Amino acid sequence: MISVEQLSVRAGDFCIEGISFEVPTGEHGVLMGKTGCGKTTILEAICGLKEVLSGKITLMGRDVTHLRAGERGIGFVPQDGALFATMSVRQQLAFGPKVQGWAKKEIDKRVPELAEELGIESILERKPFGLSGGERQRVALGRALAVRPKVLCLDEPLSALDEETHEGMVELIRSVVKEHGITALHITHSRREADLIADKEFFLDDGKLV
Amino acid sequence: MIGIAVMYLLLIGGMLMADVFYSVSNVGWEEFKGILGDEYIQKSVKLTLFTCTVTAIMSVIVALPIGYLLSRYDFRGKTVIDAALDIPIVLPPLVVGLSLLILFNKMPPWEWFGIDGPSFEEMFGKIFGPFMPEGMEAGITYKVPAVILAQFTVAAAFAVRTMRNTFDQISPRAEQVALTLGCNRSQAFFRVVVPEAWRGISTAGTLAWTRAMGEFGPILVFAGTIRGRTEVLSSSVFLEISIGNLEGAVIVSLMMVTIAVVVLIAVRMWDRGSRKKYVL
Repeated sequence: MISVEQLSVRAGDFCIEGISFEVPTGEHGVLMGKTGCGKTTILEAICGLKEVLSGKITLMGRDVTHLRAGERGIGFVPQDGALFATMSVRQQLAFGPKVQGWAKKEIDKRVPELAEELGIESILERKPFGLSGGERQRVALGRALAVRPKVLCLDEPLSALDEETHEGMVELIRSVVKEHGITALHITHSRREADLIADKEFFLDDGKLV
Repeated sequence: MIGIAVMYLLLIGGMLMADVFYSVSNVGWEEFKGILGDEYIQKSVKLTLFTCTVTAIMSVIVALPIGYLLSRYDFRGKTVIDAALDIPIVLPPLVVGLSLLILFNKMPPWEWFGIDGPSFEEMFGKIFGPFMPEGMEAGITYKVPAVILAQFTVAAAFAVRTMRNTFDQISPRAEQVALTLGCNRSQAFFRVVVPEAWRGISTAGTLAWTRAMGEFGPILVFAGTIRGRTEVLSSSVFLEISIGNLEGAVIVSLMMVTIAVVVLIAVRMWDRGSRKKYVL
């Protein structure tokens, strides 16, 4: 479960204060709101990338409010994929497991398994330059899932995709999240996307959850 | 606009061509060989290559963390620090040299507060003196370390600017992803940011190297232009002019142009090779 209680965090020139919500284990929560209303800031605070002024963040029953980003067991998929420009797709998928000290044998098994699940086997040796938007997001998703996180945070992962690719990705994210029993928090400003993917919807307006 | 650009390019090209034609029409082949084979000029070339390389490496080492901090973090006093880092660029070169001379030789920081103590020069001599080969004396002022320090003071400022611009252009998102995947800050920096900043690093290094080669004012004051000892190519040009050998000065200048062009081409070619890292 993702649980946020009375969270206060600074977002640029303004503060978001007293935010509370819960996404039950295994469900897909979607946080909506206008551009610049602070959705990404909340997501960053949950991921450990933004300092929390007050409040509490609990992930799968563990208080992570003051833990480092890497100790929270979160997979993070940013808006534009933010792939590592100098690494091949294979290296991107192996990055997390390598950093976390997995055995080489385990990494060699995990990478092709993920690539098959996400349909990116054919681009494993390619670098991010020249990959399509859909391919980039699949790689970003794979990179986040590689370390088998219990929680997945997605920051408008489908906003730059064309309609056809968008539908395919929605289906892929839904199936991956359900299959692995992951609890997800997904940010979007598309009502249609939220309706397609959400088990639970939240709307952020004027610094308050509606 | 095109006219203005063409005029400026003609000025740059004209300067270089004037040097070439002046040498061709005034310096015979034997004289040319004589200048290139001159013992002091050869020493000067070697010292230039050595000091510029050390300066470029030191500049990149300093520019990496400073450029990164200025690009990624907001903190109190950032504007002042940012402006202070440009001081070596805007100060008159002779003032840079004079300030270095006073800091290292005459007035160490503790003496600003009335506390007596050795100068940096004396400390350097005490630390490195025992390790020096016979007949050589450890020290800073009017010695090779002064040449490097004078070059570094100015070159590093250019390297810092280049690195800051480089980091400004790299989205922090990738390193944030690395943090969520288990990296600490330094792992994210060295595994993700540095590889992405590689072209900027090589540009900063090249800029520092070429800038160091062209440095003269601070070297003149802080290291002197002692033939065969602290003489680098820029000082060779000065020394040749001061003894009325304009032909020799032009030949040495052309050597500097050639070295700068070779370094630039080598780095560009290496860059082109490393760009494949992004595309393949």
